[in-house]
Amino acid sequence: MQIPCPLCGLRDSREFTCKGHAVTLDRPAADAPPEEWHDYIHLRDNPAGPTRELWYHGGGCGAWLIVTRDTATHAVHGATLASEARHAG
Amino acid sequence: MRYSGLQVLAQGLTGNRGWRPAWRDPAPKDEYDIVIIGGGGHGLSTAYYLARDHGLTNIAVLEKGYLGGGSVGRNTTIVRANYFLEGNSQFYSHSLKLWEALEADLNYNVMHSQRGLINLFHSDGQRDAFVRRGNMMINQGDDAILLDREGVRKLLPYLDFEQTRFPIYGGLYHPRGGTARHDAVAWGYARGADRRGVDLIQNCEVTGIDIAGGRVTGVQTTRGAIRAKKVGIVVAGRSSQVAAMAGMRLPIESHVLQAFVTEGLKPVIDHVISYGMGHFYISQSDKGGLVFGGDLDFYASYAARGNLPMVEHVAEAGMTLMPMIGKARTLRSWGGIMDMSPDGSPIIDRTHIEGLYLNCGWCYGGFKAVPGSGNCFAHLMATDRHHPAAERYRLDRFATGYGLMDEEGTGSQHNLH
Repeated sequence: MQIPCPLCGLRDSREFTCKGHAVTLDRPAADAPPEEWHDYIHLRDNPAGPTRELWYHGGGCGAWLIVTRDTATHAVHGATLASEARHAG
Repeated sequence: MRYSGLQVLAQGLTGNRGWRPAWRDPAPKDEYDIVIIGGGGHGLSTAYYLARDHGLTNIAVLEKGYLGGGSVGRNTTIVRANYFLEGNSQFYSHSLKLWEALEADLNYNVMHSQRGLINLFHSDGQRDAFVRRGNMMINQGDDAILLDREGVRKLLPYLDFEQTRFPIYGGLYHPRGGTARHDAVAWGYARGADRRGVDLIQNCEVTGIDIAGGRVTGVQTTRGAIRAKKVGIVVAGRSSQVAAMAGMRLPIESHVLQAFVTEGLKPVIDHVISYGMGHFYISQSDKGGLVFGGDLDFYASYAARGNLPMVEHVAEAGMTLMPMIGKARTLRSWGGIMDMSPDGSPIIDRTHIEGLYLNCGWCYGGFKAVPGSGNCFAHLMATDRHHPAAERYRLDRFATGYGLMDEEGTGSQHNLH
């Protein structure tokens, strides 16, 4: 598996650490009800197909990426900087 | 037909013309008391124990492919009861006792071999942790023996004891641990359930779960609608997809775990060995292949195959532990789909929908749990009460934070186990 880092180019997946589904970007407010936190921490759609994930480029530029990847085939469709997604959102 | 040595002899002398299929191939009926979704090890054993222990036989097991075609045929076949935490400890102890009576009970040779399992340790700290684990196992009524380095050397003389990086300090020996022929476990349960009247329906994929007024009423399948009073979801690896048919989101991520087998070799490894300083565990199958596996690839996957970095890690770990296996040629590698729960422990519970039950989250511990899981899930589905051995496998423990079973002590979040 190779991941196209927006800063470093196409790099081996060994340089990255997967944090899991990118839903973890949508952190609830500190005073959100427990159900919302449970949803955020534990519950997952866990799709068999295209999914958005957070990957950390620890062996490269150190950026957090949102990687679009197919869990059924391992095909990587693209990657963007998580910081940009946050600013956009 | 009852299987026996005499039967093998008699059939052998008459050209093996008398063998009959071990189970029927029925068409689905319109209605059952209980529908089990998933014809893997856990689903088949659930059906078997529903029939054996609770006298319920108007049951269908629905399998989208063929019986035992999922994770029960894709694991490294290890059977053990060496868990540490309250909840896991009694469950796996219960399961191992069922394993020990399984062949006589099923009249089926599942080749359960209690060859002994040895967890190696490589530092003082690790020894302390294994002493503690061993005491927990003994308290549970299971067996654990602490071996020093010479004790390990006596059993496993071929390990690299002198390696400077991770010298072997000793091991925790679990003599009742071992292996079993994984396909035979599925087949044995299938035959046992079928003989008690359970309909095993293959090539029958569930496409919807019917719910009316908060109560399950049946399932939609590729072979038509089937009404049912109770439905059990036992589809580890695909739990999220099937639960979504009932509008549920689960605390599950699906991950890939790889395993490997070498060409057949003469007998060399008599035990199951687990390395303490790398993800590597190994045993030798009765065909002679060295069967070994590693850790998750650590990204979500349904591909049933992994990538090369973990292959490299497993090979490196194996070479540091027993350099002799470098001469063996790997024949096949494959991946299984693991239902990973946040705390690394499974779920056997009711759902918020009346009559709908859930069995999932087996992480990488599903194979040895096959008898216990089916036994406890059958108990829950038949009586609506948790079996004492599995009463901690609650679905709500993640929401409440009460009763989490984080065996590795790494935290109760995804991607930590």
